[in-house]
Amino acid sequence: MTVLANPQLWAGTLSLAVPLAFPAIGGTFSERTGVVNIAMEGIMLVGAFFAVACSHWTGSAWLGLLAAMAAGGLVSWVFAWAAIRIAADQVVLGMAINFFGAGITAFLLNTIFGYNGTPTTTPSLPMVTIPALAHVPVLGWFFHQQSILVYLMLAVVIASHWFLFHTRLGLRMRAVGENPLAADTLGLNVWRLRYTGVIIGGILSAVGGAYLSIGILNSFDVNMTNGRGYIALAAMIFGKWTPFGSFGAALLFGFASSLGNALQGNQVPTDLLAMLPYALTILALAGLVGRSTAPAADGIPYLPNR
Amino acid sequence: MEAFLEVRDVTKAFPGVLANDRVNLSLQAGEVHAILGENGAGKSTLMKLIYGLYQPDAGEIRLEGKTMHFQSPRDAIRAGIGMVHQHFMLIPALTVADNVVLGEEPGRIRYDRKEAVRRVRALSEQYRLAVDPTAKIGSLSVGLQQRVEILKAFYRKAKVLILDEPTALLTPQETEELFEVVRHLKSQGIPVLFISHKLDEVRAIADRVTVMRAGRTVETVPVAGATAQELANLMVGRDVVLRIDKQPASPGRAVLDVRDLAVVGDDKQERVRGVSFSVHAGEIFGLAGIDGNGQFELVDAVAGLLRVARGSIHLDGEDISHLTPAQRIAQGMSYVPQDRQLDGLVLEFDLVENTILRDFRRRPFSRAGWLQRLPALRHTERLMERFDVRPRNPERRAGELSGGNQQKVILAREVSRNPKLLIVAQPTRGLDVGAIEGIHRELIRLRDAGTAVLLVSLELDEILSLSDRIGVIHHGRLVDIVSAQTATREQIGLLMTGTQAPGGSEEVFNT
Repeated sequence: MTVLANPQLWAGTLSLAVPLAFPAIGGTFSERTGVVNIAMEGIMLVGAFFAVACSHWTGSAWLGLLAAMAAGGLVSWVFAWAAIRIAADQVVLGMAINFFGAGITAFLLNTIFGYNGTPTTTPSLPMVTIPALAHVPVLGWFFHQQSILVYLMLAVVIASHWFLFHTRLGLRMRAVGENPLAADTLGLNVWRLRYTGVIIGGILSAVGGAYLSIGILNSFDVNMTNGRGYIALAAMIFGKWTPFGSFGAALLFGFASSLGNALQGNQVPTDLLAMLPYALTILALAGLVGRSTAPAADGIPYLPNR
Repeated sequence: MEAFLEVRDVTKAFPGVLANDRVNLSLQAGEVHAILGENGAGKSTLMKLIYGLYQPDAGEIRLEGKTMHFQSPRDAIRAGIGMVHQHFMLIPALTVADNVVLGEEPGRIRYDRKEAVRRVRALSEQYRLAVDPTAKIGSLSVGLQQRVEILKAFYRKAKVLILDEPTALLTPQETEELFEVVRHLKSQGIPVLFISHKLDEVRAIADRVTVMRAGRTVETVPVAGATAQELANLMVGRDVVLRIDKQPASPGRAVLDVRDLAVVGDDKQERVRGVSFSVHAGEIFGLAGIDGNGQFELVDAVAGLLRVARGSIHLDGEDISHLTPAQRIAQGMSYVPQDRQLDGLVLEFDLVENTILRDFRRRPFSRAGWLQRLPALRHTERLMERFDVRPRNPERRAGELSGGNQQKVILAREVSRNPKLLIVAQPTRGLDVGAIEGIHRELIRLRDAGTAVLLVSLELDEILSLSDRIGVIHHGRLVDIVSAQTATREQIGLLMTGTQAPGGSEEVFNT
């Protein structure tokens, strides 16, 4: 029980939830408009790489973050084009993007930075401790020395919920993900709404990648996302395709990882602990959370026959 | 008087088909105007032209005296044309209000949900379309969903309403309620265009009717002066036998004997509660009832698709209550399910594969585990010839056939097995007059050949004209069994609501 009173456990929980929550909410945007998106892993890698590269070149981590968003937006725009305009199979396409993301970032890392990897002088995003929060009991544990992106994530969760469920554009995006034909006859532009969803999703996924490279570190490693894009996919489904649900699921996975870290050296095998989040993924998806229903037109391309 | 909506000499051709050939139609303000025609007569094409889904090759469409050039449904909606499609364009996961206002939501960036609910509520009061604006579409009955579609049209300020086969999926009650709505709209001066292939409905609701046949508008007549026979003849282009000529039945032994049967449905509710009846060789036993009263669970249980919770089913004296569907088939039972596309056929398979679906394991269709294509092909050709399936190409995929021909293929397959008992559920649903006539004839022929036929239909007229005895089911119980010779429409209709007729009838089964 002492482990539960360890502030690092809770700070770690929140910190490890960030690279899951961003892509999970990103995926929610994409799938709510009806495009199945399993490309989060690849887009995160691209985001992570360009965040470091631009942060190094410009000397500003903020410009690095912007570059990550731009790169993520660009990759997802290509994904959107293939998925929406030429109606390619979205799962196969998503896997292609994942391989592409892993390959291109490894290639660019070697060609640009050589075998020594990204320079150690690369600036990273600031860590923030809000004094007012840090002294609140329990809550303070969470917010001790966190990346600025942690606070951005909290804002994104709330903003995404408001956007999807309380704006006219959000209603339209959801409608297109449920029944594009009905939306079309009412004068909505199905393709444009789907592009919007996929690209917002790509940008958010890339921010999740940037958090790994310039949020908690200041370097890029080959395949540094280590399957987080897929856990994010599980978090999205676990969270029933909602921002708050995705965030909650991300917190749960973050807790599992953080618990693994906190228990290290406690005679529990490390490998077993490292398995915890993945085991939890399977348990969660195997029905622990009850049925969740995907948007009705998720994964089905819309081709108006005119 | 200037017509409200006028179609003048409109022609629309598709590769190989002249779908609309110099079609004319004039809809007056405040009238209910029906378009009557068989499937494939060009009704849908005409509607799509009016709604902007297609553009005419020649001719013009005029609305309130002005020529219209709709490029898309958006243009038509903007001009005041409201359309309720046969297959609803609704989003089940959203609420009624969300669905109605979608595309023209109140609010600026924020979606003003309260205002949407308020507006939809006001509309539903104005047009007497009672429905809760905050309910999820997915939880509503088909009839209520249709109201939402009508509300959608009026939210967009429709000046004319087009209803495409609106009663196809409705229960008799819902149909009557829809007619109430249409009458109310008429009293408000809103013209309604009513597309249908059902004669009795057209006669019940329309002021005038335009009959279409083979892509042309044959004639427009006032409903008041036209008999059903005249309309049917206009529609089909030849004399149609509306009343079925049949000899009195000569029933033999009891082939199917159902005793105190109870069945639990998919929703864990008891849907059939102790039903007893028998079907004899050489008779058609019709099961009448309003949709959802357990009739389909009952036939599914007889066919072996639902478990028997209580009671027994005997086929020719043998207890088959717990046999698998395949074993029942082997005992001489055949089943024509109500959803021909879902349960009756494999749409992706060709007709040869579909005709041997039940017997592909047996000679001559397979030997030592290998399918024998040639015998199957010959068999299919023979059946297609006998049942007049068109086009007569056994290698077509089942999905490419019209509904009537699909039904003929299923009936041919089941009948070719010389069953002792044939169960038919909704055999003519969605078919046109010509096809219905053919199916009915075949059922009578089977009966005369000594087959026991159990017929379930939601069309009361079909039950009345085909059956020898009629069982009426209500809330999972058989209310009464009456002889079809003496039964009247009103009597059966009353029984369908669960009301026992005063005085009783000649053979009453207490259940």
